[in-house]
Amino acid sequence: MTERAETAIRLRGLGRDYGDRIALDGIDLDLATGQTLLVLGPNGSGKTTLLRVLATLLRPGRGEVSVLGSELPGDSWKLRGRIGYVGHEPLLYEDLTGRENLLFHARLHGLDRDRAESRIEADLESMEMGRRADDRVSEFSAGMRQRIAICRAVLHRPDLLLLDEPDSNLDPDGRDLARRLIGPASGRTRVLVSHEPDRAGAEADRVLELAHGGTVAA
Amino acid sequence: MTSSLTAFKAILGKDLRTELRTMRSLPAMVLFAVTTFVIFRFGLDRTVLSGSLAGGVLWMTLLFAAILGINRIFLAEREEGGFDAIRLAPVERSTLFLAKAAALFTYLVVLELIVVPTFALFFLPHWSGLVPLIPVLAGANLGLAALGTLISSMAVNSRARDLLVPLLLLPLVVPLMIAATGASAPLLEAAGPAYDDYGTWLLVMALYDGIFCLVGYAVFEFLLED
Repeated sequence: MTERAETAIRLRGLGRDYGDRIALDGIDLDLATGQTLLVLGPNGSGKTTLLRVLATLLRPGRGEVSVLGSELPGDSWKLRGRIGYVGHEPLLYEDLTGRENLLFHARLHGLDRDRAESRIEADLESMEMGRRADDRVSEFSAGMRQRIAICRAVLHRPDLLLLDEPDSNLDPDGRDLARRLIGPASGRTRVLVSHEPDRAGAEADRVLELAHGGTVAA
Repeated sequence: MTSSLTAFKAILGKDLRTELRTMRSLPAMVLFAVTTFVIFRFGLDRTVLSGSLAGGVLWMTLLFAAILGINRIFLAEREEGGFDAIRLAPVERSTLFLAKAAALFTYLVVLELIVVPTFALFFLPHWSGLVPLIPVLAGANLGLAALGTLISSMAVNSRARDLLVPLLLLPLVVPLMIAATGASAPLLEAAGPAYDDYGTWLLVMALYDGIFCLVGYAVFEFLLED
């Protein structure tokens, strides 16, 4: 059973630089377990950097970061496996099939073969990718890659979803299907990066607006 | 944490399956080596090589063929997001080093299964030195796999990757190549294999392999940091 923290994400004065350029500065935030945070902001405002810090893919430069009860960067090893991440890249190997990619990720997350195969089957059906799952990813369209990437992100049933424009490349049907796995009904804590402010009311409990690395509104 | 053995098998299996399917590294390595032997055969104008000249030709060819594979070992991880995928999983990052080194070791074994008999066909009057050559090949493969994986992981994020790998690898691999040619030369004598300093050279290779396996395993965690 995974231990659940009351506060899923706690940030105090989070900062991160790339050389001389400040990407994030002075970000404070509390997000409760089960809530959805919508992160808004123009290109280059630090949205993706924030998500990569929360995903343990980047080390925070300054401040305190606590995610699902783990302090980053020190306890990041405890957090891996509890995060589902959909980024700009699908993180899929082009020369493997969709199913082989998912099986590979399931093995990395320690799922045994039977459990992995049943989950993969169910998730592929949810995203209506069962028919093409045995084709190589290199033969997929961008939208199909995104559907498999969403299956990959939820395969290990993470507690926290970090979603960087997860609807990109998806057609309207794909967006509807994706909502079942990574939408509010998934019941997971979510951080959603989007360029669509109108999603705030429908999908988000909190909104964090970034501009040039700093917080405009929280 | 996922068990290191499970993750090791998953990463190694993925690499071998991909290579079997695409044949992006091995055919180039084999073709390079065989072409080099043809050039040596006509360039030196000799049909028989022995001793240190035979050892030198064999190891120089294997080393440069290996560089082709070393250059590509992390390419999919870099270009298709494999680094991020593995960093998001509850897997010890050193497992990636071990799995990649094992994949490279396997490529080198397959390369040698084709190239060493070809070398013997081209240049050796008899094949009796090939059996005692096996431990020398294994020792050199282990060193090349450990060092190659380490260097490739450092160079893969650079645009000058193809230049950086040989620049960093070649100076560091000199002791291993000296030991490999030192052990091989007496085995490839025209009169039949001799075993002068054979054990000593194998010991030198074992020490080299041990050092670079340990260094690679210890520092790989830090190399994958952002």
